[in-house]
Amino acid sequence: MALRILALIIGFALLYIPILSVVVYSFNASRLVTVWAGFSTQWYGALFENRQLLQALALSLRIALVNAFIATALGTCAALLLARVRRGLLRHVVAAGTATMLVIPEVILGFALLLSFVTFGELIGWPGNRGALTVTLSHITFSTAFAAVIIRARLAMMDDTFEEAARDLGAGPWTVLRTVTLPLLAPALLAAWLLSFTLSFDDLVIASFTSGPGSSTLPMQIYASVRLGVSPQINALATLMIGAVAIGILIATWILQRRRHKNEARLPSPH
Amino acid sequence: MKTERLLGWLPFLWLVLLAAVPFILLGKVSVAEQIVAQPPFTPLFGPDGLQVSAAAYAGLTEDDLYLRAYLGSLRLAGIATLICLLMAYPMAYAIARAPERWRLPLLMAVILPFWTSFLIRVYAMIGILRPNGLLNQALQWLGVIEQPLNLLHNDPAVVVGIAYAYLPFMVLPLYAVLAQQDRNLIDAAADLGAGRWRRFVTITLPLSLPGIAGGCLLVFIPAVGEFVIPALLGGPDTLMVGRVIWNEFFVNGDWPRASALAVVMLLILVVPLLFFERLLGRRS
Repeated sequence: MALRILALIIGFALLYIPILSVVVYSFNASRLVTVWAGFSTQWYGALFENRQLLQALALSLRIALVNAFIATALGTCAALLLARVRRGLLRHVVAAGTATMLVIPEVILGFALLLSFVTFGELIGWPGNRGALTVTLSHITFSTAFAAVIIRARLAMMDDTFEEAARDLGAGPWTVLRTVTLPLLAPALLAAWLLSFTLSFDDLVIASFTSGPGSSTLPMQIYASVRLGVSPQINALATLMIGAVAIGILIATWILQRRRHKNEARLPSPH
Repeated sequence: MKTERLLGWLPFLWLVLLAAVPFILLGKVSVAEQIVAQPPFTPLFGPDGLQVSAAAYAGLTEDDLYLRAYLGSLRLAGIATLICLLMAYPMAYAIARAPERWRLPLLMAVILPFWTSFLIRVYAMIGILRPNGLLNQALQWLGVIEQPLNLLHNDPAVVVGIAYAYLPFMVLPLYAVLAQQDRNLIDAAADLGAGRWRRFVTITLPLSLPGIAGGCLLVFIPAVGEFVIPALLGGPDTLMVGRVIWNEFFVNGDWPRASALAVVMLLILVVPLLFFERLLGRRS
């Protein structure tokens, strides 16, 4: 028992101390990041005057938003196929493709995608320039796989009697999907959307390969300045990003809890 | 079934165009030669018919840098995977055996860092390992060391960075198998007089092997090709393939050689990739 608690304490310390140290030092008055010289928010001020960083932030947000919607939609299609179709070429290709996308080293995927954009550009003249579009297409490619895993897990646990009931009552396949399956999947869809957004917002390697001149995403900007060493401005930026994630997760949990309460109130208890 | 099959065409076409075709092109460019043009490699079908060259692959054997990079990647990723497993197993075990109402919050606490930027987490490691970083300061304050240790920009820093950044990937599959285990088996073994250690070695551990395999593959495969961690935490002599491919492309502009490096890396990863795919397929 004591050993288990010790394992948890050590594990969580390892996970959280690095992140917390970034947050604490973002409020440090000194430029020397390691010496504590009093509380200050000056680095946040400097951050909001850094135009390059703000532009990169806007680009990353745009890419992440478009990516999240398309990847969730494609991931839902892939999950339905994987969960409900047992055989066939279609299933095998999608199964192998998504499994590969989950673990394939980013450098390989980024470079391979760049090669295909160059080749497509030569053959059919599309996509012409590399930039936001090519980065978004690349992000959708791997985000879809992660979205599919989350949605498929939910499909596997889901009670299919509701869908059967709808079919028995004469609903067509599209009506069942729209009015029964998708609403039941909603929590997984939300989780898949959030994960796709984060994966895209976070990606450095694949964006570096597939973006063009003049379209730097936020991770590319962060990497460029982090390579030169620890900087208080990046600490401030990191703190804002961590805060945004925490708020996002709180809101998602709140929505899910509220939904659950509402459903519990509406449905008669099975017991 | 028909609806699912119809919808399945969308991800199928997407994956063929933007996952299968790119890997085929990787092979195609790896047998081209570097030229000064846009794009900087010879076409597969030239004026005199098919042009296939082994120059890029031959280039990989010229310098033992490439061999050392592959071996270095496998070694560092292997050690990091092992450390990650040793850190994650006790955590996953403790969470799986925790009281019911504690499990979900503890699991959330493991996943939470995974949602914060990977780049930021690696960056945070710099702050910990620097000569005047948190770890050195703590050790000096405790009186363990007099002078700060060189903890950053070397191979151990890369190993620690990988183990730290990928920890959630290891904990989740381990938790999944440990939480499913039938407690009656443990109770039965205890009734028959097996001690705590014996129960763990003969029941818990063997039953958790699928989780161990899943977690290790989920960490090992991407870690072999890792770029960010060796670039930020590694030293100038830390050789990993991900970084070599990056430099071959961004610094030397040698697309065929970068392709050949990627093709060889894919060949090395094919076996673990197939294992991973079968593991995913079996779970459903």
